[in-house]
Amino acid sequence: MPWDEGLVASLVYDRPDPSEGRILTYAQAINEALSLALDRDPAVFVMGQGVDDPSAMFGTTRGLQQRFGTARVFDTPLSEESMMGVAAGAAMNGLRPVFMHNRPDFVLLAANQLITHASKLHFMDNGQTTVPMVIWAAIGRGWGSGAQHSQAIQGILLGVPGLKIVMPSTPHDAKGLMLSAILDNNPVCVFEHRWLMRKDGVVPDGFYRVPIGKGIVRRQGRDVTIAGASHAIELGMRAATMLAADGIGAEVIDLRTIKPLDEEIVLESLRKTGRIVVVDTAWMKGGVCAEIGCLAAEKGFRDLKAPVARVGLPDIPAPAGFTLEQFYYPDAARIAASARELMEW
Amino acid sequence: MIRYCYKGEGLDGIARLAQGHEAAFLVGLYRSMLRIRRIEEEIERRYHENQMKTPIHLVIGQEATSVGCCAALRTADLVYSSHRTHGAYLAKGGDLKAMLCEMHCRANGCAGSRGGSMHLIDKVAGMAGTSAVVGGAVPIATGAALAAQMKHEDRVVVVFTGDATTEEGVTSESLNFAALKRLPIIFLCENNFYSVQSPLATRQPPREIHRWAAAHDLPVALADGVNVLAVFQATQAAVARARAGEGPTFIEAPVYRFRAHGGAGDDSRMGYRDEAERAEWERVCPIKLLETYLTQRGLIQSSTMARVEAEIRDEIAEAFAFALASPNPVEADLYRHVYAD
Repeated sequence: MPWDEGLVASLVYDRPDPSEGRILTYAQAINEALSLALDRDPAVFVMGQGVDDPSAMFGTTRGLQQRFGTARVFDTPLSEESMMGVAAGAAMNGLRPVFMHNRPDFVLLAANQLITHASKLHFMDNGQTTVPMVIWAAIGRGWGSGAQHSQAIQGILLGVPGLKIVMPSTPHDAKGLMLSAILDNNPVCVFEHRWLMRKDGVVPDGFYRVPIGKGIVRRQGRDVTIAGASHAIELGMRAATMLAADGIGAEVIDLRTIKPLDEEIVLESLRKTGRIVVVDTAWMKGGVCAEIGCLAAEKGFRDLKAPVARVGLPDIPAPAGFTLEQFYYPDAARIAASARELMEW
Repeated sequence: MIRYCYKGEGLDGIARLAQGHEAAFLVGLYRSMLRIRRIEEEIERRYHENQMKTPIHLVIGQEATSVGCCAALRTADLVYSSHRTHGAYLAKGGDLKAMLCEMHCRANGCAGSRGGSMHLIDKVAGMAGTSAVVGGAVPIATGAALAAQMKHEDRVVVVFTGDATTEEGVTSESLNFAALKRLPIIFLCENNFYSVQSPLATRQPPREIHRWAAAHDLPVALADGVNVLAVFQATQAAVARARAGEGPTFIEAPVYRFRAHGGAGDDSRMGYRDEAERAEWERVCPIKLLETYLTQRGLIQSSTMARVEAEIRDEIAEAFAFALASPNPVEADLYRHVYAD
């Protein structure tokens, strides 16, 4: 059992309404997506450290090896760079690997193959080769994860041409975006969040896709836009509820994909609200917060009634200890406070 | 001071391994090596004209490894290579015009002018790709071998590496994985003793590279890198193993580059290696060795040699003329193929 299982199990989420459909956890939804993809296409395979162990990558890979065999679902050596290149080489030769990492921190070991090779080869050889692969990792937080087990690296990768990055916030999207990522003909990073793994949600049966590059309005509002992805949406929705109590209508935009970015959904919301708080699970500097902030300034300037606000991590490594962590991570109250400040302009 | 001596058998080695080979096969190998040499010499001769705005890494002196290896492969087999890629590309059957167009930055280059000299590709010929980062192609080739295995394809993968490649962690990782999964791959290490201008002795302890490779639990071989037949024979054995499902092989082929790491001409006079060392290796020039054997045994006539030279000269002249007359890319080309559909 993963060492932070107790922490994740203690998190409280809103219960979905069972009358709306079948309810799965976020991890079960990913498991179902992988199972469907393996079943539909013999070119799909799943690799990664511990994908066949009893913890089964937070449950996302449970039972897959038993069902699809050791050739298509296999554990790997602790050789992140080589394995990333192996995935790319397999992808270039007709397969569709899903390379799973416990944490994004470990993807950094493979930066050369991901950034300098997989993302660029299609361009470099003038479109003669495609590299359809999925790089999956779950962002950690808490219980001592600290500086080396809780890095959210989406901002670092945002500037890499040729790469796609998706960050689902619901079980429904976790399944639909995983299926889209596997069927995409490019390297796609799927960054989940450890704290979402046991979140319940309505997940349709069977095959469906959530399109890459399209955001969704999670909540309508006229006064301020809260935009983000993944676990930041959980916080954003709670902040919107707090703001509603003050009579402030917050519109929550779930980007779903942060690269390529659905710019129009952000700009359209901004046209309505004129105010934006960008939230992210990663550092504010040079990341999603910075990019969306720049988008607002560059293409939405005419609509802005207040400065852009960012709520993400400070320019500080994640501390391991419990108390320091409470100061480090923003919560719903911080997002709401930020929105209230914008309302005063 | 000569730091790295030639330790092979020279002409005797050629004579020994030539037994049982048809004259036509031997002349074919000779022609392939000579063709690469002449192409490289013409690239070098014209480089200062600045029409080829691309870094070049000439294989002059190393032709036997490319030709000997590729002679043991089928078109369907895949070759991956490093920045020094002209030899592998040409030996695997890569299109010369497409190569020269690429080097002249033309739209019809083999990579549409996005790759340059270090990224030659010809998928029809099985020249599958390269990396300009040392060791970069090694795991990718390993992944290609995994794909061949998973898809039950009768296909062997070769990745050309250098001595410095074995210093990259990813190479060790890839040998480990290839051995673990018994992948149909051959790691061909062209040990030319220098990484840019850094000698092997400043980078590795004094042990033979193939002995390092053997620690990964895969068969290894040491082949005389100036003897095209030795490289052919070692590759052939490795290919047979791979096709039989017996897994990977690592081949070390000591060889010498007669030119600088990059660009035209030799840079030995800068002092990082002794010009006497180059001269020593030039005495066992792979092309000269085979030519000597063929002429001594009367397997090739001077008229044939003259005809071969003329054919190669004409082919090169036509290919350069073609490249120079080819169109440049247009701005719209820049925006294509960032993402695949």
